[in-house]
Amino acid sequence: MLIKRPADIRYSEITPKHTYMNRRSFLAGVPAAFLGARELLSPSGRALAGVKLPNVQKSQYTVNEKLNSYQDVSTYNNFYEFGTDKDQPAVYAKNFKTSPWTVSVEGDCAKPGKFTIEEIMSLAPLEERIYRHRCVEAWSIVVPWVGYSLSALLAKVEPTAKAKYVAFETLYDRKQMPHAAGLQFPYVEGLRMDEAMHPLALLCTGMFGEALPPQDGAPVRIILPWKYGFKSIKSIIKIKLVGGMPATSWSMANPQEYGFYSNVNPKVDHPRWSQGSERRLGEFGKRPTLMFNGYGDQVASLYSGMDLKKNY
Amino acid sequence: MLRQRWTKVLVFAVCLGPIFWLCWRAWNHNLTANPIEFITRFTGDWTIRFIVFTLAVTPLRKLLGLPDLIRFRRMIGLYAFFYGTLHFITYIWLDKFFDLPDMFKDVVKRPFITAGFTAFLLMLPLALTSTAGWIRRLGGKRWQLLHRLIYFTGIAGVVHYYWLVKSDIRLPVMYGAFVGVLLLYRAAAWAVKRRPVKTPARPVTAISPGALRDNP
Repeated sequence: MLIKRPADIRYSEITPKHTYMNRRSFLAGVPAAFLGARELLSPSGRALAGVKLPNVQKSQYTVNEKLNSYQDVSTYNNFYEFGTDKDQPAVYAKNFKTSPWTVSVEGDCAKPGKFTIEEIMSLAPLEERIYRHRCVEAWSIVVPWVGYSLSALLAKVEPTAKAKYVAFETLYDRKQMPHAAGLQFPYVEGLRMDEAMHPLALLCTGMFGEALPPQDGAPVRIILPWKYGFKSIKSIIKIKLVGGMPATSWSMANPQEYGFYSNVNPKVDHPRWSQGSERRLGEFGKRPTLMFNGYGDQVASLYSGMDLKKNY
Repeated sequence: MLRQRWTKVLVFAVCLGPIFWLCWRAWNHNLTANPIEFITRFTGDWTIRFIVFTLAVTPLRKLLGLPDLIRFRRMIGLYAFFYGTLHFITYIWLDKFFDLPDMFKDVVKRPFITAGFTAFLLMLPLALTSTAGWIRRLGGKRWQLLHRLIYFTGIAGVVHYYWLVKSDIRLPVMYGAFVGVLLLYRAAAWAVKRRPVKTPARPVTAISPGALRDNP
């Protein structure tokens, strides 16, 4: 029985071999070119926010859950550089200048470098990934982020054997952030190398098919769906490969309450409130919180043998 | 002017302002992405504010030379209880959905809930004995002693707020400063009063039951 007829013409014969082999970088180049063109047309455009990102591909790393609204995700933010109330970042980050923007990737790597936001956007094809996002404050959202695995950027700089951790830093510009409060700035975060290289760790430049708005961490941030939201550092200017465990902002502010790992864990309560359940924004009742925010199948092996009560 | 009847009506209406504002925002679907958190914070904020207002009445009477302000103290205190009750209801109904075991766990395990619950419980007897009848039944002195519980409500309320915030302690510290100053005023007034007086002492009546009535 004939199950599958071979196609008369193969795709590889239609597209020149060279282009075919490089189709990924071609696809990836499209959004960058698009953004670049837009930048030329309106050089004053201080932010790419809201620009539709073309050629965003589907991803296997997606959950099939009801999305929160763009309104929810863009008006209910923790971004202390722009005020400590949830509604403040949407207001105070309105004029945040996210273009031009460069991210310095440095430290224990063979090819350190500075990447413009356009370069970052064209480094790998952009994917849309629908992730659950769980805040340490026991609320959660479901967001269609746009980006690609952080590992793609890290691979580019060729980390050396000395690199055991990755340290991240958010821009801190007092002039643009007069309402910053509640923490020491600049905001810093960190990951173990294997966490950073995990495919779920997303280098994110957009949401809902558009470039990120400032209050959600424009122009580039990390998304770590199995960790509490504050690990997913926003508006990154520096990524440094280092040998020792880097300091992280919330852990510096209160080491008893926020650890380096900060994996979503319903069994380890915050000293002041339960982490056993959460309120999904838009829902009335609470739902139980899942171990690793439901990403245990993918990430639990990163922590095998570790006491997660101690390494909270 | 403060003795006129309409002033009380005015203060009553003004104190209802926050709840009308909340209802207006609810009506317009403008309670943020997390309405339950918003309502909880809103009612909590107004509870501590009204506690501060209540504590401020006596010092302001003396410092501004407006003894008639006493006419509003009971009402303002009852509004503190009113917003505190709304805050408490938001917690047990909207947040916990009457899950009593879970609430019990919270009260025991979560110090900030313990403090808040204490502040609320301390207000209960004050609200219940706020009538002229109760002042008579208890006697002015004892009534007054009982109503000093409001000092502890203030302290517990501030502690509740302080323990609850993640890292931005500016607001709880501000309310703490207000409550602190208002209590220090009382401590100072008490110390002054205890000093041996050379001139014949005036009758010690910080507040007499009659002063609570509209037309003393």
